[in-house]
Amino acid sequence: MSDTAKIELTGVHKSFGSKKVLTGIDLTVETGRSLVVIGGSGSGKSVMLKCILGLMTPEQGSIKVDGQETIGMTAPAREKLLTKFGMLFQGAALFDSLPVWENVSFGLIQSKRMKRKQAKEVAIENLRKVGLPPDVGELFPAELSGGMQKRVGLARAIAAQPEVIFFDEPTTGLDPIMADVINELIVERVKDLGATTLSITHDMASARKIADDIAMIYKGQIIWRGPAAKIDQSGNAMMEQFVSGKAEGPIQMDVLKA
Amino acid sequence: MKVTNPFAVIGRSTLGGLRATGHLAGFVTTAVRHTLAPPYYPRLIFEQLLRIGYFSLPVVGLTAVFTGAVLALQIYIGGARFNAESIVPNIVVLGITRELGPVIASLMVAGRVSAAIAAEIGTMRVTEQIDALTTLSTNPFKYLVAPRLLAGVIALPILVLIADIIGVMGGYLVATQGLGFNSAVYIQNSYDFMEVSDVMSGLYKASVFGFIIAMMGCYQGFHSQGGAQGVGRATTNAVVMASIFILAANYLMTSLIFNEGVTPL
Repeated sequence: MSDTAKIELTGVHKSFGSKKVLTGIDLTVETGRSLVVIGGSGSGKSVMLKCILGLMTPEQGSIKVDGQETIGMTAPAREKLLTKFGMLFQGAALFDSLPVWENVSFGLIQSKRMKRKQAKEVAIENLRKVGLPPDVGELFPAELSGGMQKRVGLARAIAAQPEVIFFDEPTTGLDPIMADVINELIVERVKDLGATTLSITHDMASARKIADDIAMIYKGQIIWRGPAAKIDQSGNAMMEQFVSGKAEGPIQMDVLKA
Repeated sequence: MKVTNPFAVIGRSTLGGLRATGHLAGFVTTAVRHTLAPPYYPRLIFEQLLRIGYFSLPVVGLTAVFTGAVLALQIYIGGARFNAESIVPNIVVLGITRELGPVIASLMVAGRVSAAIAAEIGTMRVTEQIDALTTLSTNPFKYLVAPRLLAGVIALPILVLIADIIGVMGGYLVATQGLGFNSAVYIQNSYDFMEVSDVMSGLYKASVFGFIIAMMGCYQGFHSQGGAQGVGRATTNAVVMASIFILAANYLMTSLIFNEGVTPL
């Protein structure tokens, strides 16, 4: 294991009006490791990812990638930095107006100026890697099932062979079998690339499958972190409640009782 | 009962208005900066030219022909009150090229195109496609906004030129087929009375209106939130704001272009 920090968050705060979402996140993702951040809905997982990608700007704190501070970066520097990243969005976020192959090779065509013919070949190869036949490349995203869209999203995330891949709820909305297929693909493709990954999910089966390390976020802070193998003996009451999925425990949902 | 301080309401509204204006001004500045600087996307610009220009031809053509026809009828009826029916060709050509061509065509395109742009970009926003663009190292302003702005600025003058021709033809048809005008005399009168500046002023206006139409669609789409309802709201706002800005810009530009002793408000 490498102990070099690929991504390092220190004291990151983010609010929306009076609602404080991140209240001082400290988190490190080591190079070549797969970290999964778990946490309930509204705990700040997605906001944390968006802050790292520069889609949102935190009010306080530091976010470093390869030791380089990213907060306050210029737009061209940010664009260059993002060539290191791939991302699988929760709803796949495929471009409706483009055929599947062009979605997969979008980054190669736009930012790496690859010729369309070559980009199509690369796209078909990447579709094959996620278990999709070449003819899917000619379809439009609206013609695909949810599972196929996720696989196309994964193909797009790995197409440019990024150093870091983010997975935002990779199995949400999928049946258990398709969810496991996606998890398997993530593990295989990440292993091929040797990429560093940061995933967010509340699907414990997915977390167990794809993580080297797991961290739990609660009310905008990391409250536990450790190896994936030790989550059942975390010694943290909130972590134990989340892993076991019980309504009773220190984490209370705002639900009106009848 | 809670009593609302009227000054607080005025203050909040004023601050809200200023914030919205500043926000829009910031968006316009960023959009223009990215539109003028490379890289450019010729494929996307061409695609938008087709969508904004070519596919708007039927609606603009139909609107123009009926507007020209009604204008001829109204001038004939009005002119008859002081024995000036013969001014129909002159006023039709002036009215169409200077005002009705650019304004009516732009309002029709605003309804069609601003709404479509806002809906498309708004859907991209709420389904995270714009975030996906950013993560793929593609600037959404360059990829989504710039081609639409350029296409709007280029397509509208062409559409308005066509609307001018069709509008004048609408007036001609009504005048010669229904009002007893001689065809050759009508055409000669229209041609003699019209000046190049009449047409050009309409085309300048059309470029600005094209910019407004594309900009309002992009702005509202970019800032839509809250799922399908938010996209619907963005679409409505885009059409309403584009229409209002077109009418306001039309007044300002008319004051500037034809500033012959007329002081703008």
